[in-house]
Order: sequence, then structure tokens, then C-alpha cells
Amino acid sequence: MRLQAVDVTLGYGDRVVVDGLDLGIEAGTVTTIIGPNGCGKSTLLRALGRLLKPSGGQVLLDGKRIDRLPTREVARVLGVLPQAPSAPEGLTVADLVARGRHPHQTWYRQWSSSDADAVAEALAMTGLSDLADRPLEELSGGQRQRAWISMALAQGTDLLLLDEPTTFLDLAHQVEVLELVRSLHSSAGRTIVMVLHDLNLAARYTDRLVAMRDGRVVAAGTPHEVLTEELLRKVFDLEAKVIPDPVAGTPLVVPVGVRH
Amino acid sequence: MRRTRVLAVLLAALAGAVVLSVTVGAKTVPPGEVWQALTAPTGTENDIIVRSLRVPRTLIGVLAGVALGVAGALMQGHTRNPLADPGLLGVTQGAAFAMVASIILLGTSTLYTYIWFGLAGALVASAGVFALGMAGGRGGPTPVTLALAGTAVSAFLYALTSAIVLLDEQAMDVFRFWQAGSIAARGADAVWQVTPFVLAGLLLAAFNAPGLNALALGEDVARGLGQNVNRTRAVGVAAVTLLTGASVAACGSLSFVGLIVPHLVRPLSGADHRWLLPYSGLVGAALLLLADVIGRVVAPPGELEVGVVLALIGAPFFVALVRRRKPVRL
Repeated sequence: MRLQAVDVTLGYGDRVVVDGLDLGIEAGTVTTIIGPNGCGKSTLLRALGRLLKPSGGQVLLDGKRIDRLPTREVARVLGVLPQAPSAPEGLTVADLVARGRHPHQTWYRQWSSSDADAVAEALAMTGLSDLADRPLEELSGGQRQRAWISMALAQGTDLLLLDEPTTFLDLAHQVEVLELVRSLHSSAGRTIVMVLHDLNLAARYTDRLVAMRDGRVVAAGTPHEVLTEELLRKVFDLEAKVIPDPVAGTPLVVPVGVRH
Repeated sequence: MRRTRVLAVLLAALAGAVVLSVTVGAKTVPPGEVWQALTAPTGTENDIIVRSLRVPRTLIGVLAGVALGVAGALMQGHTRNPLADPGLLGVTQGAAFAMVASIILLGTSTLYTYIWFGLAGALVASAGVFALGMAGGRGGPTPVTLALAGTAVSAFLYALTSAIVLLDEQAMDVFRFWQAGSIAARGADAVWQVTPFVLAGLLLAAFNAPGLNALALGEDVARGLGQNVNRTRAVGVAAVTLLTGASVAACGSLSFVGLIVPHLVRPLSGADHRWLLPYSGLVGAALLLLADVIGRVVAPPGELEVGVVLALIGAPFFVALVRRRKPVRL
């Protein structure tokens, strides 16, 4: 297991969102967490990325307690991209991506040739080399999201957590971002954990699905195992038909209506 | 490379402002005689003017200008608010309150002691604001809780200060002078008093710059990049407090410098604090000296306080800046 949540309890102040949850992320897989709004999936992802400290239980990175490791050391292994991040005005794509090198820099050694190489590579992988000098606000939504992913790539970690990387994107740009995620996985065997809302895209681009409701894992497994008509009823209160995706053969959810 | 060239240009601009500041005034002293006064003084009137008035005044101006420029850039970066000024943490009102309180409680009467009290007041007020801001947010102070706590503490201290100066005439005189903001008649003592604080603040600011770059992408991104957010914020607040505290204690309320300078500098530096901070320091010092020189010549035979000049030229300029470009998002 690369990353493991052991009996974690998560919340904000007195409000408990996730209570005693266990989850393991296997090395070299793409895992997507799905579930209705407010089920605690983003909260869980933040805890896995040590952005939120569990009030009970622990998160293990490669078997070690993540909160006991120096945060900078963690940042060289694990990259996190929060939901809808925002950058200061005027920041160029190259500057943003360069900030991904932060955990590799020290106060007295700010920039090295390995930083430059990593940034160039991250830009190339996300197809942004030609846009490197453009300010972020001039890019399209899809390009901007790719720039943020590029920053996370420049960080040089083989473990990536992406919180709703496709929010606010149209379908074509969603597919573009997920193709990129998939290629990151297949080219370098990165371990990736995402939160997604679109079940059909999740099924298409994911090795493992984790379905959550009310802070609990209801089902975990391959998309075929998890995305069943019964589970959609249980997790989303959704009446739906599940048919094979005519393109990829993965489960395709066709909603019938919401159960009351 | 372009950024290094800009740095050189700004240094040259500051050098020019320094030359103006030691030569121009009620009595103009040509640069040649200034040089003579500095290297081989013979006790002439010009020597005395340069050595005991113009040089300390210029040095205080440079120190305060650098401090406020850097503090303003730090403050706007930490709060991600383009309208934040260095006084936001209660530093200015803390210094004012401590100074007038020391006058009525302890009978402080010399500038030398005012400055120590001003510094102490600035440090205590900002520590209080930080503690309050921490209590409000979960897991650490946020820009919003800090700004709220700063506003509340400032208003409270201002009320206390007002009550004191209404009751005590001597405190009123000091306060009036302090509120206008001036770098005149401070003397060499003041320079030595505030220099260590400004240097310590600049060191912390330099140390803070890379972390602030990470923090500018949002707290979660910064944490993901391995930055300790609370420590970065604490170091930033400490730097702002030292820099602003030193300058308000010595020169009074000049925080307008910290508000406008980062806006002037950002088109040159971009969003990178490793350049924004030094540029802001240089421009802050040059701006403060130029405003002071204008104040010396604009209303002969008297002088206009630099704080007044800054507000007079700065306010319309700031309005133009805001109108010309859409508000900056940080």
C-alpha cells in the first residue's frame, strides 16, 4: 500500500464528516473517489494529502505516519492539487510550474539545472511549452487546469492527489484532462487518487472506484464491481440503468430518476 | 537578467533621491560641499547643516522607506489583499498609544524614549492581534481573522489614545506631530535606535519570500508543496511588525507608503516576492525621500511634513492607479 487511511475520523471543528474510515491505495493504480455532495470525499482526499489532520486514526504513507514525516519530505513524494486553486494575477504558466519545485529548493539555493529540467519536462508533458510565457488568466479553463497539473508534475512526485480536476470544464476539456491523467499513469506508473463527479468518465479512466456516502466507504473495487444499479440506489438515491459503454466497454450510467 | 537591470535602475533612483535629500532644503548645499562636509569638515555652517541635520534625516528616510515598502509588500502578500497596508495589524495604533501613554504615566519627554515606547507598543499590539487572529480561526490565523482582529485592536487603541490626548496637552502636542509623520529633526540617535529592528525585519522578510510565493497559490497548495503555513505566517507577521514598528516609532504614521509602493512595483517585478520585496524597499525609500524634499521647498520659509506631502501626492495617484487598471487580484 502506498497510502493508507487507518480508522480515520475527520471533521471541521465539532462537525464530524468522516468517522472511522479505512482505505488503502495500491501502488501504480488510478483510484477515483465518488459519492454525493457532502459525503466527505474531498475531506478524505485532503486528509490523505496531510492538508487536514485527522482527529482520530492515522494516515500512512509507505507505511509511515504521514504527520510524523517532515512536510517537505512528504512533498517530494506526494503531490496534492486542491479543488479550484487560484493564482495571483500576472503569474505566467512557467512561473506557476516553477513553484512546483518549492520542496526541492532551499533558502540559499533557489534554482538549479535540475529544477529547470523538471519544469521543461512538466510543461512538455502537459502540452504547454508554447504557452509558458503567457499569464495564467489569458488561458482557457482547460489549459489553466493543465497548468496546475503541470505544477504538481514539476514537483516530481510519483503519487498525485487531484481534487475534482475537471470542475468547471466542458466535456471536451474534461476528457482532455483525464487523458492526461491516464497518460501520467501509463508513462511512469504514477499512483493517482482523484475525486470526480462524472461517474461515466470515472469508470472510463479509473482502475479502482471508491464509493462513499455519509463519511463511509460503501463499495470499493473495479468500475465493473462498483458501478451497479443497486449501488447507485444505495449511494446516490438514483434510479438508473447501467449498460456497457459502447466505446470502452466500461459501465455507463443512464439515469432514470431520483428516488424519494 | 531584466530583473537585475531593473534592480540597478531602482538603486540608481534611490541614490539620486539621497543626493537631492542631502543637498536641497531651506539652504541649498551643493554636492561638492556636501562631500567636503562628510570627508573633511571644518565646522562651517554648511558642515553643521549636512552632518547634524541632512544626513540623519536622509538615513531615517531611507530606513523608514525601505521598511515600509517591504512591510507593505509582505502585508499584501500574506493577506492576499491589494488594499492591505502595514498598519493593518494594529502596529501603528499600538505605537501611538504606547507613546502618549508613556507621556502621561511616566512623564516621558525626549524623543529617544518615545521611540522605545513606540516600538514596544507596536510589538505588543501586533502580538495581541496575532493571538486574537489565531483564536478565531481553526488551526491557525487566516488573513480574514488577522484583518478583523487588527481592525478591532486598532479601533480600541485609537479610542484610548484619543481619550489620553484630550486630557493631556503635552501628549496632544506629541501625538499631533507624530500623526502627521515626519523624518525631520530626528537626529543620529534615532538612526541607531531603529537600525537593528529594520535589519532584523529585512532578514526575516528575505527568509519569508520563498514561502510567501508558495502561500500566494493558496494555503492548501502551499501545504501540498511542503510549506509550513503557520510558521510562514508567523515569520511574516514578525517581519511586518519589526519593520512597521521601527518606522512608525521614529517617523510617525506614514503607512501610505506601504499601501502604494507594492502597486508601483508589481508591473516590474511580477508576482515573485523574491523580487517584489527588494524592489518595494528601494522604491519606498526613494519615494519617501522625494516627498520629503518636495515638502522642504514647497512652502518656504516653512516645511510641510513628509506624511502630509505623501498623502497629498499619493492619494490622487492611488485613485488614478485603481481607475486605470482593474483591481489586482492577489
